[in-house]
Amino acid sequence: MGELSLEHVTDNYYDVLRELGNIGAGNAMTALSQMMQCKVDMKVPQVRLVDFSEVGALMGGEEQIMVGVLLGVEGDITGSMMFLIEQGSGKHLVNKIMMGMASEGETFTDMELSAMQEVGNIITGAYLNSLSTLTNLKIFPSPPALTVDMAGAILSVPAIEFGIYGDKLLLIQSQFFDEISIDGYFILIPDIESYSKILSSLGMPV
Amino acid sequence: MSEIIKVGMADLKTCVSPNGVTTLGLGSCVGIAIRDPVTKVGGLAHIMLPDSTAIRNSYLNIAKFADTGIAELVRQMEALGAKRSRMVAKIAGGATMFQVQGRVASSMQVGDRNVEATIQKLNELRIPILARDTGANYGRTVIFFPETGDYHIRAVGRAETVI
Repeated sequence: MGELSLEHVTDNYYDVLRELGNIGAGNAMTALSQMMQCKVDMKVPQVRLVDFSEVGALMGGEEQIMVGVLLGVEGDITGSMMFLIEQGSGKHLVNKIMMGMASEGETFTDMELSAMQEVGNIITGAYLNSLSTLTNLKIFPSPPALTVDMAGAILSVPAIEFGIYGDKLLLIQSQFFDEISIDGYFILIPDIESYSKILSSLGMPV
Repeated sequence: MSEIIKVGMADLKTCVSPNGVTTLGLGSCVGIAIRDPVTKVGGLAHIMLPDSTAIRNSYLNIAKFADTGIAELVRQMEALGAKRSRMVAKIAGGATMFQVQGRVASSMQVGDRNVEATIQKLNELRIPILARDTGANYGRTVIFFPETGDYHIRAVGRAETVI
């Protein structure tokens, strides 16, 4: 397996990763709209390699309170995956699923947290399913873990994983709308060998 | 007017009183604040990983690792007139943000390893650790003032503390 460095990802690879991000996020949104029983529109996701120093600012500052869902990935590829959404947007989704019965304000009750976890579960599950179908690789997610905290603190987890290879993080930002505009972020954190496997399974020379 | 200098992820900065240094949203990373109480020279390192020797190309960003990051912070402080023999440290961060089950769990314990490596390096440099607020499962924003040595720690849904 060749040495793949994120710093040297060519435009071609970028296109492939962007397309994977696009399809994955699309599937995730379809699953979400079925769950909420309403139409969800989305923009073409942006796939970016961002410097650690810019990561926090991108999501509205390092202290922006976000909901983070993290799960491990095993099977043909190994690593982990994270989904992030701003706290208020997360609360909005939870309120929809709970038929408008959610509590006032932006913080979550225990029951709302478990509803949020379910949303995260469905979104990440749909994302990984489409990745698995496209690449024909077996991907088994672990049960997700959820936390509500500052963006910087949540992002330290994937940043540390990427930090082993460089100073950048591969981020897929998808913007979707139901009544309000919501930014969701996907971060796929495979080990570097798994990146090679994903790309070669799609016929890209590695 | 004093200024608060911002330190990013995998970054380090020095300052001289009355200025301070801050880093926002520490998760599993560790924020190491050091000062020389005589010259009031201080600094803050935001390290991400415990050990530079375990990683290729680690020289590209020495601020990223506990071992090289702390050594570099001390060196820069000495260049500003601080004396190593007078330096004292306070540390915060090293949280475990997620409780994930299964195989990935061990790599997610990096917060604890960051704290251990930080303590080890500070001991090696004979810099005493006066206070620490490490571990647990939540993020921290820290602000350090070399004038007093006060290390302010803020977290979501918790009262601000000073160590």
